[in-house]
Amino acid sequence: MKEDIAVTAESVVKSFGHGAAAVRALDTVSAAIRKGEFFTLLGPSGCGKTTLLRLIAGFETPTSGRILLGADDVTDLPPNRRPVNTVFQSYALFPHLTVRENVGFALKMLGRPASQISARTAEMLALVKLEELADRATAQLSGGQQQRVALARALAPQPKVLLLDEPLSALDLKLRKEMQVELKRLQQETGITFVFVTHDQEEALTMSDRIGVMSNGKLQQVASPREIYTAPVNRFVADFIGETNFLPVTLVKEGARLGSGEIVAAEGKGGVLTIRPEQVNVVRADKAGAIGARVENLIYFGTDMHVHMRLGDGAALVARMPLPPGGDGGLAPGDAVGVTFAKGAARLIEE
Amino acid sequence: MSLAEERQRKTSARNGWLLSAPALILLTLAASGPLLVVLVYSFLEKGQYGNVLWDFSTDGWTGILFSRDIFDDTLKLADAHLTIFWRSVKLSFLTTIITFLLGFPTAWFIATRTPAHRAIWLFLITIPFWTNLLIRTFAIGEILRSEGLINTALIRLGIIDQPIQMLYNDGAVLVGMAYVYLPLMVLPLYSAIERFDMRLLEAGYDLFASRMQVLRHIILPIVKPGIIAGSILVFVPSLGAYVTPRILGGGKNMMIGNFIELQFGQGRNWPLGAALSMTLLVVVTVALLFYVRTLGKGGSGGGHG
Repeated sequence: MKEDIAVTAESVVKSFGHGAAAVRALDTVSAAIRKGEFFTLLGPSGCGKTTLLRLIAGFETPTSGRILLGADDVTDLPPNRRPVNTVFQSYALFPHLTVRENVGFALKMLGRPASQISARTAEMLALVKLEELADRATAQLSGGQQQRVALARALAPQPKVLLLDEPLSALDLKLRKEMQVELKRLQQETGITFVFVTHDQEEALTMSDRIGVMSNGKLQQVASPREIYTAPVNRFVADFIGETNFLPVTLVKEGARLGSGEIVAAEGKGGVLTIRPEQVNVVRADKAGAIGARVENLIYFGTDMHVHMRLGDGAALVARMPLPPGGDGGLAPGDAVGVTFAKGAARLIEE
Repeated sequence: MSLAEERQRKTSARNGWLLSAPALILLTLAASGPLLVVLVYSFLEKGQYGNVLWDFSTDGWTGILFSRDIFDDTLKLADAHLTIFWRSVKLSFLTTIITFLLGFPTAWFIATRTPAHRAIWLFLITIPFWTNLLIRTFAIGEILRSEGLINTALIRLGIIDQPIQMLYNDGAVLVGMAYVYLPLMVLPLYSAIERFDMRLLEAGYDLFASRMQVLRHIILPIVKPGIIAGSILVFVPSLGAYVTPRILGGGKNMMIGNFIELQFGQGRNWPLGAALSMTLLVVVTVALLFYVRTLGKGGSGGGHG
């Protein structure tokens, strides 16, 4: 099992500053990233995800704990001696070198023969579809093209792990969507382990094999996108990924009792019930087993509609329902309605 | 583009030239006038008591490399002159190297401070300019001379018992010139390093470059415009240096500047002095063109747009 692991972080702590002013950027983080997977570190800015990436790259050394690449302890190795390459947020392309020279840089530093460098460079430029721009200066390229050069440059020495530090954040929306597909293709074609840092949950959900959600220097949950979405372990994860409802509950023998008195079935454990808006069904008020609610507001999203409601105890609940084209679902603000939850969708989580 | 626009553009261009004409004429005259006088003098006969006689002669130019034998009037290669030229080029070149080796770490240090601290460090670098060059040069002599600071300290410490002769040789001139011209190297280097994107260092290390490789393949090529500017600012005035070799080199270790001065003073050979000045001008121009051509290839575009 151990052979399948590309990167291991063992109880890694990273503090910046000294004494009382010290800031804990990473607080005892342990993680194992599998070989060949697309692993995403997701979290808001300042959560420590970039610090963890920089520790893997070797730009920082942990205050305590260890970093392993495969079975090798690299905690104290400088970045130029780690078989890991990085795609930087700013791309950090060398302005005095052409596209070709940028891509061949790492191999040249490793002292590889010129024939091997030019062959590998050509291969990489073909992979990112930049052959015809090979002899341009990097300043003459568009943002998307610079991004591709940065990718080709980092992939050229065939790293064991490729680190990507929010590489798409500088691109406009359309280009970002294209590059998401492109990145996934590159990862599948090369079979290299990708560790991708982002604050964009949609990016994380669409591209990753597994996601590590971070906040306050701690790894909150590591799981597949589907599991992160459907079974978040705590309020932070549930709130950060997608939209969701939180309802305070008390646990009773039959399930969880809402503030308004109704009892619903829920999995998990904890004092808060979470349910995604698309798992909330709006039904007639007199339907058996339905929770009583009152419509407050209706918001249209073309094919979808958000129904904002209040339960008997005043707790807010949002339902998302698909609309037939032109229809309005027969609802109006002030209507008394009933609410049911899709089977197995309601989960209890820790506060 | 319409005809009216074309005409307006031409008018405004002509007005621009007319407005700057007085300044341009003044600059042209001020730059070329004295040079013209020097050029003409170099082709005249030398006078008995300095000055020139208005007869055409190429003696000034041949005197650069040859001297006339007083007995049989034949031309012989003037070894002493060649020694002076060689010393000038050698010391200027070494001065450029030394100021670069000292100036680069200094400029790097300043450029990597916080912006507020950078201003203070730059200010400190310019302090020597506040004092007269002559006085600073004498101060260096005071440090180097046999009863000076260094020798006194070494003798007191018992490391030596006879003072070391450090003044009035090429080494003293070199120390003096490196001291005087160091700020001229630091300032252009600083402005190039300040624009350098430090994130490229991490990119370099990440792509398997060692520290030396990062310096050689990333930092130096990108700050090359600053290196070229600094080298020119140091090399050119070094070549024509006058005060420093005069005071620290004593009378014997002349550089071209002192040699030229000698012709207009005691030597009473104005045509030779003029020819030497013109030669220096041509040598510097050619050296600069060569330097910028070879070192500047592709490097000047290195900064960020």
